[in-house]
Amino acid sequence: MKKVFAMLFTLFIGSILLVACSSKDSKESKGNSEVTEITYWQYTFPTKVEQIDKIIADFEKENPDIKVVAQDFPYDQYQNKIFAAVEAGDRPDILNIYNGWISKYVDMDYIQPIREEFMSKEEISDYYVDMIQPYELDGEFYTLPVAVRSLALFWNKDMYKEAGLDPESPPKTWEELIENAKAMTEMTDDGRYKKEGFGWNAAGQGLHEFQQVLLRQYGVEPYSEDASKVLWNEKQEGYDAFKYWLDMTMVHKIGDPDVGNTYREAFLAGIAGMIVDGSFAVGDIQNASFDWGVTTLPVLEEGGLQSNYASYWTNAIAKGVEGKKLEASERFLAYLIQEDVQKDWLENVGELPASKALIADEELVNDPTYGPFIEGLDYAHATFFVNEDKERQIIIDGVDKIRLEDADYDETFDEIVTKIQEVRDEFFNKQ
Amino acid sequence: MKRKETTAKRTFSLQTKKALIAYSFLLIPVLFYLAIRIIPAFQAFLMSFTTSSSSAFTMDNYHKLINDEVFWKSVKNTILYVIIIVPLQMLFGLILALAIERMGGKLKWFYRIVFFLPYMTSIVAISWVWRLLYDPNSGILNEILVKLHLPTQEWLGSPSTALISISVVIIWQMMGFCMLLFTAGLQVIPRQYYEAADIDGASKWQTFWHITFPMLNPTIVFLAIIGVIQTLQTFTQIANLTGGSSGGGLGGPLNSTMSVVVYMYNEGFRQYNLHYAAASTVFLFILILIVTLIQFRTFNKSYKL
Repeated sequence: MKKVFAMLFTLFIGSILLVACSSKDSKESKGNSEVTEITYWQYTFPTKVEQIDKIIADFEKENPDIKVVAQDFPYDQYQNKIFAAVEAGDRPDILNIYNGWISKYVDMDYIQPIREEFMSKEEISDYYVDMIQPYELDGEFYTLPVAVRSLALFWNKDMYKEAGLDPESPPKTWEELIENAKAMTEMTDDGRYKKEGFGWNAAGQGLHEFQQVLLRQYGVEPYSEDASKVLWNEKQEGYDAFKYWLDMTMVHKIGDPDVGNTYREAFLAGIAGMIVDGSFAVGDIQNASFDWGVTTLPVLEEGGLQSNYASYWTNAIAKGVEGKKLEASERFLAYLIQEDVQKDWLENVGELPASKALIADEELVNDPTYGPFIEGLDYAHATFFVNEDKERQIIIDGVDKIRLEDADYDETFDEIVTKIQEVRDEFFNKQ
Repeated sequence: MKRKETTAKRTFSLQTKKALIAYSFLLIPVLFYLAIRIIPAFQAFLMSFTTSSSSAFTMDNYHKLINDEVFWKSVKNTILYVIIIVPLQMLFGLILALAIERMGGKLKWFYRIVFFLPYMTSIVAISWVWRLLYDPNSGILNEILVKLHLPTQEWLGSPSTALISISVVIIWQMMGFCMLLFTAGLQVIPRQYYEAADIDGASKWQTFWHITFPMLNPTIVFLAIIGVIQTLQTFTQIANLTGGSSGGGLGGPLNSTMSVVVYMYNEGFRQYNLHYAAASTVFLFILILIVTLIQFRTFNKSYKL
């Protein structure tokens, strides 16, 4: 019996060695001394994937010594893939990530700073729109975006007509939005929505609409300058803003998260009169079977403060990429963020250029579809998240407590702020 | 004498040869099992005692786990799932098996297939169909309630009904599997017992309690143990019926449907804290072990899987 086990053991070790050797061989044989191969990862957003493929083809023509392999993964698995790959020591060279993840990735040591020799801090600040600034961490920039996004209000002109409203005058103030939405909302006798006037949801863009638009319009600066303190409930106006936002669904009943699977789907299905969404939604919405329009986000009272939320997907070089691969990655990034590429990106992907100079372009500003988004960028704020997923969940849970369990507004609001503060404390204390 | 010895030697080596062949055939599955199951499980166990920043032994993860109310909520929910799902799926499975058994002719097969189909269908697909049925605004279930002049429900949207709603989906899907095993169990009960009972003038109810039920005991024990283990690990249905755009993370609303596995997933693959998530899997492992041992003891001492 001992013999059998000894043999088994030898076989076991042997096979492991064999596997180990063969994988090493295959890796080495791939490497060609002339061509440097780098990998680029992003999540599967069809227009972006196509656009990146096109950019890579052009780049490789100009740079025959570099080969870029692009891979994409479904959105809900994307971060898992990155995480698993990094943990397994098999990370890609360039990662396309959401701005809300930057600090987490820096914290986890996944990405490296942009080298001063490649693009200095001054160059980055000069080249890009101002919303990139909050993501200068410990004096370093870690990522370079191609495009940015802001929010705007989409409205369904057909539903406006049906409700007897003027389809060409979308709401300018939140009060008008509520009134128009009420006119479009249709309910069954037992209080279920057939149609909602406004796609109200704390998830999706809803929480941004609250923290960067409504709070600011109520005169509340949401975070301290270094983003370490959550200031939502510093003033009474914060509580007022929270109540105003929640009353849209609780009291005025102009929309509910349960209508349609997402507010965008509800809008596309013609059962949501208005939604707040990003420029990236234009691709979907332009195929809608009804007449629609897009305008800037409402204000509290006419002439009042305008505000908007901006976000972006951005490119980072993974930690540990060095030598030839680093040089190749930097050359690809430099190509990727060129103004010409950004222009194409707007046309084909629907995201706004991230370059300061391009965004001031007259033609763009006057575009009926993209104009409102570009105007919004002027007064947009990017939220510095330390843990986007967790912070989002805290807000959703708080809102659900009020929606589903009739919790007290003010107490819940304080609880949300305390919990988000805890998440931020944990992050900043580690720094 | 010498000749005998050589024969003995030869037989021994033949036996060894046979064993070797058997083991070499087993080698691949054993290697696979070691690499995919045993070693990672052991690694997870070790991981739960370290943190991502240092490899020193620590109980921090367990300390944090014990003090997290969401974790205890997930434990409570997991136990609730077991209490609701396992007895009901077996009861419905048994009723279906008995009812179909009494039917004659070709329809028997038709009904068996109909009730077994949900078990064969993808859980993800089923969950999304149920999600549409449960839709509070446009779902067919609320439409039916309205027709019957009954108050409509929030179903998955409310913390008070969401766990039950998910349980219903799982019961509906699993009862076909229970039915099939009960059918097999029923068929191996010797006819003579029933004939004897008939002669003795036993009522149907007596026949069931004194013959059918005890004879199905092995099936019941098997289904109970498998059912409990499966339910303790429920993930796919919860992940697909909750979460998404309207509800935020998985296991909502307000963690009312969160099971231990969903909790583990959220911590490990949303918060990327694998070491902490590993601690919750160790807890789940111990929970399953204890529950299964208790089940073995209470159901049938002589019956072994």
